[in-house]
Amino acid sequence: MIYREAGDFKTSYAKDQQTFPIAFDRWGYFITLAFAFLVVPFIINDYWINAVVLPFLIYAIAAIGLNILTGYCGQVSLGSGGFMAVGAYAAYKLMTGFPDLNIVFVIFLSGGVTALVGMLFGLPSLRIKGFYLAVATLAAQFFLVWLFNKVPWFYNYSASGQISAPERSIFGYAVTGANALPAVSYLFCLCFVVILAWAARNLTRGANGRKWMAIRDMDIAAEIIGVNPLKTKLTAFGVSSFYIGIAGAMLFAVYLGAAEVGEAFGISKSFLILFMVIIGGLGSIFGSFAGAAFMVLMPVLLKNVMVGQLGWPTDMAAHFEFVIVGGLIVLFLIVEPHGLAQLWRLAKEKLRLWPFPH
Amino acid sequence: MNAIDSYLTPDGRTIGAPVMEMKNITLRFGGVVAIKDISFDIREGEIRAIIGPNGAGKSSMLNVMNGFYHPQEGEVHFRGEKRGPMRPHQIAHQGIARTFQNIALFKGMSTLDNIMTGRLTHMKTGMLSQIKWWGAAQREETANRELVEKIIDFLEIQTIRKTPVGRLPYGLQKRVELGRALAAEPKLLLLDEPMAGMNVEEKEDMSRFILDVNDEFGTTIALIEHDMGVVMDIADRVVVMDYGKKIGDGTPEEVRTNQDVIDAYLGVAHD
Repeated sequence: MIYREAGDFKTSYAKDQQTFPIAFDRWGYFITLAFAFLVVPFIINDYWINAVVLPFLIYAIAAIGLNILTGYCGQVSLGSGGFMAVGAYAAYKLMTGFPDLNIVFVIFLSGGVTALVGMLFGLPSLRIKGFYLAVATLAAQFFLVWLFNKVPWFYNYSASGQISAPERSIFGYAVTGANALPAVSYLFCLCFVVILAWAARNLTRGANGRKWMAIRDMDIAAEIIGVNPLKTKLTAFGVSSFYIGIAGAMLFAVYLGAAEVGEAFGISKSFLILFMVIIGGLGSIFGSFAGAAFMVLMPVLLKNVMVGQLGWPTDMAAHFEFVIVGGLIVLFLIVEPHGLAQLWRLAKEKLRLWPFPH
Repeated sequence: MNAIDSYLTPDGRTIGAPVMEMKNITLRFGGVVAIKDISFDIREGEIRAIIGPNGAGKSSMLNVMNGFYHPQEGEVHFRGEKRGPMRPHQIAHQGIARTFQNIALFKGMSTLDNIMTGRLTHMKTGMLSQIKWWGAAQREETANRELVEKIIDFLEIQTIRKTPVGRLPYGLQKRVELGRALAAEPKLLLLDEPMAGMNVEEKEDMSRFILDVNDEFGTTIALIEHDMGVVMDIADRVVVMDYGKKIGDGTPEEVRTNQDVIDAYLGVAHD
């Protein structure tokens, strides 16, 4: 009753193929967008932006990226942290090497550099599959972190080995650096998220997405209907790394401001993004957002409850946080292995009939 | 080889020049000879059946035809040209589509998406216009969707259009797989045991679809089948294989009365 699709008839194939075929969803999407662009920047405070919203937006980009590779094309990757590092260091080198380059271009170019690196590390995927590929990408993760640690050129020979983002602005508003206003950083990230999510949706709903999914579901049959496996897998690695590289560049330049590679882009980051994708739902753009929201919000929520409400000591709360988040992940995988996106689909099925059970 | 360019079937269809010619094909796996010096042709517009006891090398033959196996000796000529070393996806682009003995559908995708994958060889828009979607990509998607919808109508699977194929019963999955192969608008359609594991009604349906495909679209079909009744009813010409060798080739009547074929199927008394 609340959620209905009755009377929503399609008279053309274009209408049947749209992203939100049901009017209710479509309006929900537009209202959310309008709210995010027009209302949130004015009501939100610095704490929320820095603790929740910025990491959510940036990780959502990374999760979409990994979802393209793992969820749509079926290639497991544990190298996301390393690829984020490539994006971050590419952004750093571009910002310091070309001070006049607009930050938007810097971020897109960093994505492009990461895409090339990702395709390079995606080459073994033609020969190896599943767990073996996961181990090969794990090698990428460790190699890239080692590389950025050991070669001083990447951090411009700074004594600390850290990279820090200089100030860059758009339309006179600082986006990176110490003077960036939180609301501006927020809008900057939001624009990227909206554009990239839209592009990902378009890439996955048509011929290109079907090639990826065909490789995922049965690579031999895909080859026999005319899908070139190497090309398809490499485009998946390329597009996925493009997204992850952009996320890495933004995490470094917009959110962190300064980063040290082992700490900011270690193996735990790879797992964090993999968890987002699995918990959110493999093969779903919405799932990437849901997973990112879950993994970002849950620790903040738990901390607020345990420290703020219950008055526990901070270190105990921090340890309990690990236990609870870990437990929730396991619980999730048992109860709904297809992730939050599937839960959302089921909820919609129920809402369609509510208040009647059948 | 027949010297004639074309012939008429009893029901009045004209069978044209050879679409595919297999010349002296020999395929070995290590020391095992799966196919031994086999030659035959498939002519435009005909339904060509390959039959034989289990292990005769029929599926290997189909795999040679669509480039999955590379024969050690012999030549494959497709539409008058000798085929060089090619990957299966390149051969798909030449216009050969196939179905599998064990269904090879994309289980995570809907019926519609599965059949749409059959159109991939015809969809050419680049990645950038895909990202943009509006314009070229959407036009292409809609145009191909129209053709796919015709196939869906033809195979009478409208009601399962949006159902994930993993949830469909076996008979319907076979039909969806045929749909995916048809969507490629192939010049040669290879069917590997399209009726395996079906009951009589499903077999009748599938036979009807195969005959209709041949009749309405004029598609050349090569099929492997175990059910003799079906083969004798729908095939124009039959190749019989046994232990990797060709033991018979001709119309169903000729094959039926061939002594070697009878021996292969019924066994020979050894004194």
